[in-house]
Amino acid sequence: MVRARDLFATVMLSGIYGLLSASFFILMDAADVAFTEAAVGAGIFPLLMLTVLTSVGRYEAERRRVRYLPLFVMVVLAGALFAAVLQMPPFGAVDAPSHGHVAQRYIQDSPAEIGIPNMVTSVLASYRGFDTLGEVVVIFTAAVGVVVILLGGRPKTPQQSTQALMAEHKVLRVVGKMLIPLILLFGLYVQFHGEYGPGGGFQAGVIFAVGIILYAMLFGLSNAQRVVPLGVLRWLVALGVLIYGSVGLANLVVGGEYLNYSMLASDPVTGQHIGIILIELGVGITVASAMVLIFFAFTRATRSRDELEE
Amino acid sequence: MLSHLAVLQVVVPLLAAPTCLILERARAAWLFACLACLLSLGISIALFMQVEASGPISYALGGWEAPWGIEYRIDALSSFVLLLINLVAAAVIIGANSSLTAELPEPRHSPFYVLFLLCFAGLQGIVATGDAFNVFVFLEISSLATYALVALGRDRRALFAAYQYLIVGTIGATFYLIGIGFLYSLTGTLNMADMAQLLPGLEEQRLVAAAFAFVVIGIAMKLALFPLHGWLPDAYSQAPSMATAFLAASATKVALYLFIRMYFEVLGQDAVNALFPVGKLFLLLGAIAVILASLAAIRQNNVKRVFALSSVGQIGYLVIGVGLGNALGLQAALLHLFNHGLIKAALFIAVAAVVCRVGGSRLEDFRGLGRAMPWTMGGMVIGALSLIGVPLTAGFVSKWYLVLAAMESGLWPLVALVLIGSFIALFYVWRIVEVAYFQPRDGAAVSEAPLMLLLPLWAMALANLYFGIDTSLTVGGSEQAVNFLMGSRP
Amino acid sequence: MADYYNYLIVVLLMVMGLYIVMAQGNLVKKLIGLNIFQTSVFIFYISTAKVSGGTAPIVIDGAELYSNPLPQVLILTAIVVGIATMSLALALVLRIKRAYGSVEEDVILEQDKSC
Repeated sequence: MVRARDLFATVMLSGIYGLLSASFFILMDAADVAFTEAAVGAGIFPLLMLTVLTSVGRYEAERRRVRYLPLFVMVVLAGALFAAVLQMPPFGAVDAPSHGHVAQRYIQDSPAEIGIPNMVTSVLASYRGFDTLGEVVVIFTAAVGVVVILLGGRPKTPQQSTQALMAEHKVLRVVGKMLIPLILLFGLYVQFHGEYGPGGGFQAGVIFAVGIILYAMLFGLSNAQRVVPLGVLRWLVALGVLIYGSVGLANLVVGGEYLNYSMLASDPVTGQHIGIILIELGVGITVASAMVLIFFAFTRATRSRDELEE
Repeated sequence: MLSHLAVLQVVVPLLAAPTCLILERARAAWLFACLACLLSLGISIALFMQVEASGPISYALGGWEAPWGIEYRIDALSSFVLLLINLVAAAVIIGANSSLTAELPEPRHSPFYVLFLLCFAGLQGIVATGDAFNVFVFLEISSLATYALVALGRDRRALFAAYQYLIVGTIGATFYLIGIGFLYSLTGTLNMADMAQLLPGLEEQRLVAAAFAFVVIGIAMKLALFPLHGWLPDAYSQAPSMATAFLAASATKVALYLFIRMYFEVLGQDAVNALFPVGKLFLLLGAIAVILASLAAIRQNNVKRVFALSSVGQIGYLVIGVGLGNALGLQAALLHLFNHGLIKAALFIAVAAVVCRVGGSRLEDFRGLGRAMPWTMGGMVIGALSLIGVPLTAGFVSKWYLVLAAMESGLWPLVALVLIGSFIALFYVWRIVEVAYFQPRDGAAVSEAPLMLLLPLWAMALANLYFGIDTSLTVGGSEQAVNFLMGSRP
Repeated sequence: MADYYNYLIVVLLMVMGLYIVMAQGNLVKKLIGLNIFQTSVFIFYISTAKVSGGTAPIVIDGAELYSNPLPQVLILTAIVVGIATMSLALALVLRIKRAYGSVEEDVILEQDKSC
């Protein structure tokens, strides 16, 4: 991977790496993480990489030098790290300190306190809900950043009709037409199933975005933008964050702390339910629209470059 | 609402950002951003007074008490730093509209405000939180916003500067994440105060040392501590001027804040130094940074770059204060953190005013500006005097404390170093002053900067004079913070 | 040693990723290295969460022992942060290619020096 000069091969390998990591996470009982890593490491990341490669070229320049300083630093670092991790609690140890203190409460009490079986969702959306708000803001920041870097600020709808990446494949188009509604439906399922099984706003948002991206690949960017215009996407990206943040503010009004959903209903557990559904909706909206926005911006940027060359 | 001020401090700019994006019109977005920043400034003043009167504030987000939930904790140290960031942010956002009009095409204005608010909110989040992982999330919010802000610069070099900053920043944040992972697997908690209680007495000292090393190296990349400072001069000289003014005055300061929190409160200075003489290492790195960066600043032809390199040198002073390890040294570091924030805000806003009227910030662009833009250059000279550390300016106060702290430790070479550093600063500042006041301007006439830039510039310049004379707020605030830090673990 | 097998692999992935970032001159390849580096940290966290004999932290009847949900939550957040950073970085690479005509570090530095 380090040696290969064909960047296409490296990107493919890193996609496989993402998929392998995801399967490893399944083995480690981390279903939610595996789901996300599969969508990101083997989905979004290689997709963006490939889009970029169409523009920057597939092969990298010839290079001869071996860099000894970084190599030396890495060897030292690896040695120090080996020494350090040998003092970690043994892998899988039941009595490791990290399983005892804070985690114990999540495992024992969260089903009663939050009322949902998926502890990961409980911690993510309620106990550490503020981290998740921050995470949504990170995605929002990236979307704003990518759009301003690639499109120079205000996204305008393009005049030229851009051709679809895979427009000539009839079979793909027919299969895609059948698949896309199913993908979107599956996205909705994941969105609202996150409390019971693996899933939730982020994964649902990515799946939803993939459905729209697939549409854009099969039927052309301009067609896709007719379905979801950039202006609307920009609005939706902001809306998701605002939904999440407003749930927090609503809690202040009814007398609780920020993001304390218990006050949203007379029964605290019901309140938690309502709060989590609302914030997951915010997450889903921002993630889906941010991913689509980022993909559109990348495609537009690579296209306009091709046109310049012609 | 008064009991929720701690969280509103961060939530106000955080939610103002998406609102700004929806507003879309540049002017509306600017006015709204100004409103949010002024509101936030008000909150920070209220918090500062509240902490001074009745001690630290703890706020349980989501109603889950720490360590199960995320805690916001405003104490003497964080309220002091929050006050600085808010002062600078308010000054910068007020002048931003005039400066952007000259520097960026109109469609990029409202994204600038969005990113500015995000960066602002992220930095405040790092300071306000008492949770080690929450720090990482807000660190990344502010970092991503910063990369995008740098990339907005006019020159194509801004893109490469942003890319390099992104690589260094991401490695830094990931290092921090690894360190926190080690600490978590040792203690089972992410809450900083809880961690501080559980860490002493652990047997796994190698792992603690590794955790500390990763956390510190991670933060040092963000802090631009020598020799990890390479990204800073490029990023600061390429970003839009007002973005530089804000970042130079706040981003590295927040990194230092985080470092002080980790070093003094979570891990404990004595415990760390028992493993490895970190304090001495900081003294050494700080001293090298002061000398090398100041010398490099002399050779620059771009004024933005001069001040950017001077920032690297000033970070050296800050780290020396921390490395001394006594109460006076820490107080000097905190004082300089505050005062240097004001200094760099004044200097970079002045540069922004020059870029706004002249179109560039090369040394020759400053020719004759002493006469053409007397108010701008007057403000800049006050900032520069404070940078050198002339008596009756804020910069003098913090350097005075640093000298006192060095004498208390009996480290006379450091006293000499501070004087040499000030002398070199005098030298590179003089080059600018000479060009501005003693060389004639040729070419088209230049008019004074717009009022909306002069106001924040002079607010910062006068703050430099004010805090040089009436030191009750800064010295008092930093003393409280030091007592809190040193008292929390004797 | 078998108890630490996971962590040793993590360390190897970590330094490999970092080496690519530091030693490679191609801006795209640096990002691939950064991705490997970040993913190695994810693997590290998830490894610490595993409890032998435990199941995924979703309540089911009859399960006594669950793996630790907290590191999993943290890594969910970190993965999202990671892809956000990557998309921003790739956007920068696209613009750099357009502005400099190259994504090789030395070519770019050379061009900056000459102007």
